[in-house]
Amino acid sequence: MKKSFWKNNAVQSLLASLICILLGLLIGYIVLLCINPAGASGAIMAVIKNFMNYSRASLQLKNFGATLVKTAPLLMCALSVLFAYKAGLFNIGAAGQYTVGICASLYAALAWHWSWIACMLFAILVGALWGTIPGLLKAYCNVNVVISGIMLNWIGLYSTNMILTKVKETTSPYTFHLATENPSAILPTLGLEKLFSGNDKVTLAIPLSILLAIAISVILEKTRFGYELKATGGNPNAAKYAGMAEKRNTILTLAIAGALAGLGAALMYLTDFEQWQCTTSSVPGMGFSGIAATFLGGLNPIGTIFASYFIQHITSGGAFVDKTMYCSQISDLISSLIIYLCGFVLFLKTSMNSIIARNEEKRAAAAKAAAQAEGGDR
Amino acid sequence: MDNPYVIEMLHITKRFPGIIANDDITLQLRRGEIHALLGENGAGKSTLMSVLFGMYQPEEGEIRKDGKKVAINNPNDANDLGIGMVHQHFKLVECFSVLDNIIMGVEPNRFGFLQKKEAREKVLALSEKYGLRVDPDALIEDITVGMQQRTEILKMLYRENEILIFDEPTAVLTPQEIDELMQIMKNLAAEGKSILFISHKLAEIMAVADRCTVLRKGKYIGTVETKNTTMEELSAMMVGRNVNFHVEKKPAEPGEVILDIEHMTVASKVHKNNAVKDVSLKVRAGEIVCLAGIDGNGQTEFVYGLTGLEPLVSGKVTLLGQDITRASIRYRSTHGMSHIPEDRHKHGLVLDYTLEDNIVLERYFEPEFTNSMGFLRRDNIRSYAERLIDEYDIRSGQGPITIARSMSGGNQQKAIIAREIDKNPELLVAVQPTRGLDVGAIEGVHRQLVAQRDAGKAVLLVSLELDEVMDVPDRILVMYEGEIVGELDPKQTTQEELGLYMAGAKRDEVKA
Repeated sequence: MKKSFWKNNAVQSLLASLICILLGLLIGYIVLLCINPAGASGAIMAVIKNFMNYSRASLQLKNFGATLVKTAPLLMCALSVLFAYKAGLFNIGAAGQYTVGICASLYAALAWHWSWIACMLFAILVGALWGTIPGLLKAYCNVNVVISGIMLNWIGLYSTNMILTKVKETTSPYTFHLATENPSAILPTLGLEKLFSGNDKVTLAIPLSILLAIAISVILEKTRFGYELKATGGNPNAAKYAGMAEKRNTILTLAIAGALAGLGAALMYLTDFEQWQCTTSSVPGMGFSGIAATFLGGLNPIGTIFASYFIQHITSGGAFVDKTMYCSQISDLISSLIIYLCGFVLFLKTSMNSIIARNEEKRAAAAKAAAQAEGGDR
Repeated sequence: MDNPYVIEMLHITKRFPGIIANDDITLQLRRGEIHALLGENGAGKSTLMSVLFGMYQPEEGEIRKDGKKVAINNPNDANDLGIGMVHQHFKLVECFSVLDNIIMGVEPNRFGFLQKKEAREKVLALSEKYGLRVDPDALIEDITVGMQQRTEILKMLYRENEILIFDEPTAVLTPQEIDELMQIMKNLAAEGKSILFISHKLAEIMAVADRCTVLRKGKYIGTVETKNTTMEELSAMMVGRNVNFHVEKKPAEPGEVILDIEHMTVASKVHKNNAVKDVSLKVRAGEIVCLAGIDGNGQTEFVYGLTGLEPLVSGKVTLLGQDITRASIRYRSTHGMSHIPEDRHKHGLVLDYTLEDNIVLERYFEPEFTNSMGFLRRDNIRSYAERLIDEYDIRSGQGPITIARSMSGGNQQKAIIAREIDKNPELLVAVQPTRGLDVGAIEGVHRQLVAQRDAGKAVLLVSLELDEVMDVPDRILVMYEGEIVGELDPKQTTQEELGLYMAGAKRDEVKA
């Protein structure tokens, strides 16, 4: 039946996401037109093509790998936001949990020379602790998670700068290279580099993050814990009435969310893809993009995998915009416009439903009128 | 003027996705009459009033003022036409004085400075003229509900409204205050005001209204002169069949004490005082005890304290001989206590969950529904939900997978009652279990409560409805300002006597 097809939740989510993407691209294009009409089409195509801008297949593959490397941490941040969101908590603190995850993984790797698995576990632990703070504040003092989360983002950032200064190069603000300082801390590639023309930054991180997305999906849908979590998110009063330990669940949820974001940081920085700049003055955007990926993915862990890839694709594609025509910030502007529009998925879904309901009603009214007219003829 | 009607709503049709809230409804209000609008919950009364106030635009039909067609696009238009309303839940600023509330929005001022003196004179004159006793300088939070309502009425009069709408004005009043309100309404009508009185209480309509328009399930049933009709006829028009108001039950056979509350004190969330003060009571097996009282006299906090939603300041709760004063909600729920909550949307249901997930809301962790790995046993949940849906006749669009939000209020309540009763509790705490239900559904709920009693369970009913208080329980305890002020036998007391206790005009020393 046609009606039930459009009413299907998954179809609606997908459609809404696609519309948002198109709208984002369109508005991005209009902005480019306003700045410099001559290069607009080329620039928007460059963003969409991303690694396809290279003509050689091997370079394409290598850069596809690079996009994937940054997709893994984004996916982890998105899962962090999603997990908390299902319990009714808006984890804007994912960005800060990600930041302290960077701090933990790099410090453990560079100062203590731990192996990758120990560094990774340490990042998870620190991220979880960072998430526990707003959890405790929410559970026992009813402090808004958004407020405490934002404040902790900044505390996390400057603490990270301070701590990682101990392991930075003397002549630059960047932390040491893992490859030279502690190769044992680099994530294993599992032979994946062969698939991406020797891009050895493609590691365990990518399959691991996808597996975790599936695991989160199972936990939310199939387990008692997921049931409690979503009940708490859907109606905290009813959860309390039903005897669920809402305080414990709030703390646990944010701890897990923090752990996911912290792991995301380890999956990024333990590839030696980037070094941390100890003079960074803004919280890494990864956690905030995670919010967009969560909504673009229709609040579904599996959808989030694709949404994260798309957002990273656009962000990386921004680097290919012709810098002679546009200033260098334009790539960030375009991707942020698209990401911003991604937030409208839920709004679009609601509008779609009301349009469907209105049409159905009109049809029902028309059918009724027709039936009456027929009856009158006889 | 040959047109006797001050406001006419002609052939109003208003649709919402999925339902027709108002289907070709006509309501004509004569100048100087008291016109009742009667209908059950969900009959379309509120929608019709929202249309009159411009909050909804009808798909069909028109509104006329003094015979001329008018367009009402928002509440300000309605105000300009002289239409005013006393809402069921008052729209007053608690920390402002009566006078401030009355002039709010139309403050007389000179160069931006308030001119309260003339306002006060006008308010005093109005209150004199219509017999509306208020103290203009008292703060809203300090005065009785009856006086708050008079403040709302003065608000309309101050704005020189001609058409006054009362939305279920008696729900929060004591019987004595109701009598006073009836007199006020008659005074207003005598002075030429036209009154629309929304209610589902037949006795009040018979007592005060000149005519009555009846709605049922969004449809217009008819308009009758109250002097030419009877309560039975109105009731049949309202529900579409004859209803048995009386609850059939055998005499109670109380057994051992199931619930024993000693000196319970619970703090209030809004005031510094305690909401429940030193309450002691016992409920025995095989009896229904009703805690009666006017809304806001500590019943809600009492139930929160009993069920563990709020901690006690002091006191002791014993259930089946076991001290549960500090026990968790989960412990109480799994050790013999069931709780039908006052507000099914706030506490009773996760509205975005399916019916089956709501049915196991208090049992999902049991081995029957969760395996040792922490995974839900979906097939068992489904078959359990199907059994309850069948046994308790819970109707919904898609059976166990219906989203609770899309179900009707009556069926949501049935689902909660099924869940609570099927836990086979020794004590059933039922708080306003019939709130918002239609007459047929109310009968069903009352039968369930009596059946629990006859099965030897203890039932504690908390109710605001006088009919329910008089009909269902075996014992009545009246709560007033957080204290139990009287114990009555429903077979021997009268509504008037009950009213005196509920209003705090009469009290006994009650021994638990």
